[in-house]
Amino acid sequence: MAYTEEELKKELETKEYEYGFYTDIESDTFPKGLNEEIVVGISKKKEEPEWMTEWRLEAFRVWKEMEEPEWANVHYEKPNFQDISYYSAPNKKPKYNSLDEVDPELLETFKKLGISLDEQKKLAGVAVDIVMDSVSVATTFKKTLAEKGIIFCSISEAIQEHPELVKKYIGTVVPQKDNFYAALNSAVFSDGSFCYIPKGVRCPMELSTYFRINQAGTGQFERTLVIADEGSYVSYLEGCTAPSRDENQLHAAVVELIALDDAEIKYSTVQNWFPGDKEGKGGVFNFVTKRGLCEKNAKISWTQVETGSAVTWKYPSCVLKGDNSIGEFYSIAVTNNFQQADTGTKMIHLGKNTKSTIISKGISAGQSQNSYRGLVQVNSRAENARNFSQCDSLLMGNRCGAHTFPYIETKNKSAQIEHEATTSKIGEDQIFYCNQRGIDTEKAIALIVNGFSKEVLNKLPMEFAVEAQKLLEISLEGSVG
Amino acid sequence: MDLKDKLLSSFLAFESNVDLDNPVHEVRSEAIKNFENKGFPSKREEAWKYTSLNNLQKIDFSIFPKQETALEYKDIKKYFIHEIDTYKIVFIDGVYSSYLSETTHDGVDVCLMSAALTKPQYRQVIDVYFNKVASKDESLTSLNTAFSKEGAYIYIPKNKMPKKPIQILHLATGNEAALLLQPRNLVIAEENAEVQVIERHQSLTGNEVLTNSVTEIFAAQDAIVDYYKVQNDVSTASLIDNTYISQKDKSVVRVHTFSFGGKLTRNNLNFYQNGERIDSTLKGVTILGEKQHVDHHTLVHHAQPNCESHQDYKGIFGEQSTGVFNGKIIVDKIAQKTNAFQQNNNVLISDRATVNTKPQLEIFADDVKCSHGCTVGQLDEEALFYLQSRGIPKKEAQALLMYAFANNVLESVRIPELKTRINTLIANKLGVNLGFDL
Repeated sequence: MAYTEEELKKELETKEYEYGFYTDIESDTFPKGLNEEIVVGISKKKEEPEWMTEWRLEAFRVWKEMEEPEWANVHYEKPNFQDISYYSAPNKKPKYNSLDEVDPELLETFKKLGISLDEQKKLAGVAVDIVMDSVSVATTFKKTLAEKGIIFCSISEAIQEHPELVKKYIGTVVPQKDNFYAALNSAVFSDGSFCYIPKGVRCPMELSTYFRINQAGTGQFERTLVIADEGSYVSYLEGCTAPSRDENQLHAAVVELIALDDAEIKYSTVQNWFPGDKEGKGGVFNFVTKRGLCEKNAKISWTQVETGSAVTWKYPSCVLKGDNSIGEFYSIAVTNNFQQADTGTKMIHLGKNTKSTIISKGISAGQSQNSYRGLVQVNSRAENARNFSQCDSLLMGNRCGAHTFPYIETKNKSAQIEHEATTSKIGEDQIFYCNQRGIDTEKAIALIVNGFSKEVLNKLPMEFAVEAQKLLEISLEGSVG
Repeated sequence: MDLKDKLLSSFLAFESNVDLDNPVHEVRSEAIKNFENKGFPSKREEAWKYTSLNNLQKIDFSIFPKQETALEYKDIKKYFIHEIDTYKIVFIDGVYSSYLSETTHDGVDVCLMSAALTKPQYRQVIDVYFNKVASKDESLTSLNTAFSKEGAYIYIPKNKMPKKPIQILHLATGNEAALLLQPRNLVIAEENAEVQVIERHQSLTGNEVLTNSVTEIFAAQDAIVDYYKVQNDVSTASLIDNTYISQKDKSVVRVHTFSFGGKLTRNNLNFYQNGERIDSTLKGVTILGEKQHVDHHTLVHHAQPNCESHQDYKGIFGEQSTGVFNGKIIVDKIAQKTNAFQQNNNVLISDRATVNTKPQLEIFADDVKCSHGCTVGQLDEEALFYLQSRGIPKKEAQALLMYAFANNVLESVRIPELKTRINTLIANKLGVNLGFDL
């Protein structure tokens, strides 16, 4: 299948949201609004210990004093935080032991999403902790993981069963008062995933969570905590799709990664939430705080493919605290129609000999706005810090915009920092080069667009790369002949 | 009384000395209102994130110097590029010194803002150009506009070029314990005209000086303007330089900024391209030591198709100095075929020096080539070793490499004597004698 740029643009505009469907499951939903009672209510509902309730309340009190940030290069109608229901759970509990017990409608949803909870999944080697409207309803492969001592469960379960780990690490990387949305999330998070890899263990499979927003008027507040103990390795996948909605849905997640000495965490995201329709109506607001902490010789690698959401506000960051630690950020952000994305990363170099790499690819089409915003900070004690950043933007059509806002702050003379950014459309000379070698223009465009994003796609784990391509095909991979 | 209040009350005193019926005064009144609303910018504003004016606001600046001081040419000769013949416009404590200056009305106007603002023969030009490109929104520019009275006025008519370059020198003698200067310059190059300007601010004593300068430059079709800013002031002098440039079709404007001194220097350099096939060049060399702070804040706004802009800023930072580069390129929807380049390279030679750099692109057109690059690093160890192995002492080798580093920027300086002078300044700043020119 080959496209010219024109056709591709047309297809981009007319492409309806493929995963727009809505499952009607009876839900146990809290009334709209947010106050201390609701916060306590959520905590009670989850049967949380008192320290957790207190922790949430503390966050709520901070949040009340905070103002919504306005510095991002995005424009949207601010959500009314009193008009959101903060808790909704599929009410057919308890958890299922076999697939037969699962609500058939839920199964149908999974089928449409292409998730099979049956044995095939095992062959694919992916354990899935599916979060369907805030409560974890199915977890597979727990047994295999348990043999290795790996804990992979929902965060509410972890609060019940591993309070010592949660208490020790929650909020250490993203404190409650970190920012407006992180505070909100800390107060009202409904569920999320928890993962602990013990010392020296290499997680045998890719851990994966699918998030879905499924209840009208409910914001989804996920909290993910991944702890990789000394010398361990884990690859974590997060992928998202959401049904079509007219009203804007709010999503304010917090992800905390902790890589202790010599550990490595690879965190990959494919985000394809409802971006709003052709007129820019509806769509998900995605305000996410993601941050990882690297101890000595540790490595954290973020890979993200952002194709959805009406408004994205997301900066997966690495705090390179330990000596010789490494942070990486690979991102493709595709915006179309009226989508707005303000995304990037922060690399905070604190330890000696720390390294970071940033590769960011932005593709804007339609009337969308795509911004890269990144910070590279080298502390005065971070001897021999090294950073390489590259931000490339591709513009399709003249109604979209691409923006770059890199911040580089250096306080150490031994630091070496390079930043490069380019903005262009598909170069005529590139096409000419291909033509010269007998590749027609249509194919050439396909090749170039594909090549533009390949650098990041290559970083995705095998299992995910397939899905990422599927989700991206409407914009990128569709152009490949 | 804080500085803002003092300025506001001084404005009333200022009003009693100027012609209130002059249409310019309306502009001033508008401007003071804007300053009153906005006040001094704080670090909370994104544009001032890395530069604080708090300490400056604590100083009790005199706004109108009480007495005039005469200076002898021999005392200040070294601040001129005296090797070549130039027109000179010299101000001492903000007051024009006819004794030290050399102005002209022969075919071109190289004279004073005070004359241009008050004399009827300039009325038409002032109506068309005065405060037309300078921001009416930015508070410090408004502050300057409100007190605008004196400065350099340069008008080059169609197809003309002054016989020699023009030097503008602002001197502060230290008569006042602390002095606030607000020069206002206007440079107009009509169609196919050409002009070269060298500007310098110099304090002669250790007394505090704050200069809040605004320069407006208009380049009509095919005009060429070269503007050189030499900033090598003493450690008690601070400068906020606001330069606004409006360019028409096929004009070329090059602004070079050499920052080697001063306590706090903030350069707001704004290019507005209002035509096609325009070429804008912004270059700078910054070499700092002690606790100096230099903030380059540039904007290039591409509003029409087929234009180019080139930015190249090099910085070398020693001791406890801080360097800031904040460059923004905006490309409008209709500005197709724009080529915009931005480069910022920094070398840190001390553990306590800081570099904050923020190159920005905001692009709304698709058929463009825009790139920016910035680096922070050290001198190449291997290159250093190579030079040392050939008998060049380490210090000289380092200086040589730093020269090479800054050389790109000097290449486009079109006055050879100025280039030599800048070379000398760089050598002095680096504390070495190279024994040759580059």
